Amino acid sequence: MDAGQEPGLGVTMEAVSKGKHRATRAEVAVASDSKLTDEIADLCDENIFGCYQCGTCAAGCPFIEDMDVTPDEVIRFVVLNKKEVLDSKTIWLCASCYICAERCPRNLNITKIMEALRQIVLRKNIDETDIYGLTEEEKGTIPQLAFVCLFRKNIG
Amino acid sequence: MNELLYFPGCTMKTAAKNLEVSAFAVAEALGYRMIEMEEWNCCGVVASLTDDDLMHHIAPLRNLINVENAGQQNVTTLCDMCANTLKQTNLRVKDNPANLKTLNDFLDTENDYRNTVKVTHFLEFLRDTVGFSTLKKKAKRPLKGLKVMPYYGCTMLRPREVAIDDAEEPTILANLMKALGAHVVDNPYKIECCGSYHTIDQREMTSKRAHRISNLARERAADAIVLSCPLCKFNLDVRGKGAEGLFKGYRQMPVFYYTQLTAIALGLGTEHCGFDSHSVDPMPLLKERGLVK
Repeated sequence: MDAGQEPGLGVTMEAVSKGKHRATRAEVAVASDSKLTDEIADLCDENIFGCYQCGTCAAGCPFIEDMDVTPDEVIRFVVLNKKEVLDSKTIWLCASCYICAERCPRNLNITKIMEALRQIVLRKNIDETDIYGLTEEEKGTIPQLAFVCLFRKNIG
Repeated sequence: MNELLYFPGCTMKTAAKNLEVSAFAVAEALGYRMIEMEEWNCCGVVASLTDDDLMHHIAPLRNLINVENAGQQNVTTLCDMCANTLKQTNLRVKDNPANLKTLNDFLDTENDYRNTVKVTHFLEFLRDTVGFSTLKKKAKRPLKGLKVMPYYGCTMLRPREVAIDDAEEPTILANLMKALGAHVVDNPYKIECCGSYHTIDQREMTSKRAHRISNLARERAADAIVLSCPLCKFNLDVRGKGAEGLFKGYRQMPVFYYTQLTAIALGLGTEHCGFDSHSVDPMPLLKERGLVK
């Protein structure tokens, strides 16, 4: 292994600092030797291994058409420690509507698991939304609660 | 006149003034005055969902403390998201006395929260305290001929522990509309998310969601949508109007707060409804059905 290379990721910190490699969230947010299941366990007490991949969550999710990974796949990614799930659109599309949590036959609160995945990223000071990009028109017309909601969900 | 302690939240004072005005008029017509809490702050809008994050329960908890400070045990809200967040924090500290102690210790300039407050959504108040049968009797101008599709969204129904109705097959808005004389149109998308806060940074996706919900209502011959949440109202009304540019021939139908339709049915004037701030003007429809002059 080259000096300065992060074990297992194949990306040198030098390349990251010179902007040659845009670090993925998976690389930044999770230490390479830690397990996603352990990180999730610290944030919520859901038994992620209880999922038997029936897909009920995916079938009922209102945002499924725009997702790159389905909610049941997200759970599988976590179990298999595939950290690229942190770079998926899915975890940010979840708006905590609780339909999946309501219907899960294994009583898994997937809503909480999605929040935990977002928090893993946000707690590394990586924001999903750039608030400085908001226009005056948006600030003047959109209801205030939407902003608080967005800031709480997408900004650490 | 009876009094109801009222927690407004940010949006009632800004984007959803018409929800507040119409609810106040309805309450007064039923013999209740809504008394705004002297001291209140943001509810936090979304409940904190990670186990170790107590910090975000402080804002809702401080509101609950202020209810106790006012010597009250009940607080009524109009906003679905406020009701949901206040109820979830209330439940969290009830189930976790250790969490309550931590929060009380942190809020050392406030009185300790004693967990005596009940949070009530205004719809619950109409159903459980006033009663829909009473509203039916008081409806001087029944909503005859108006075909409405109730839309519930998420926060009044889920999670189950804080819901005001069944999470999958709610009836509260439908029963209210039937009591007021309207014809109710069912829609399987009535419990599906409107797009929520994605309305800010994913406008087109939210428009598509609004289209999906409203278009099925139209196919089922509804005239209008009736709902409760100010964010759902914005997304269906404003982003729904935006969907007209995405789907050829699509016309967005009017979107009402249940308080506005209740006000009309009780014979109160449209000055209590604030229709001027709607993206799709509901007045032509109401005039066509002979519900307003």
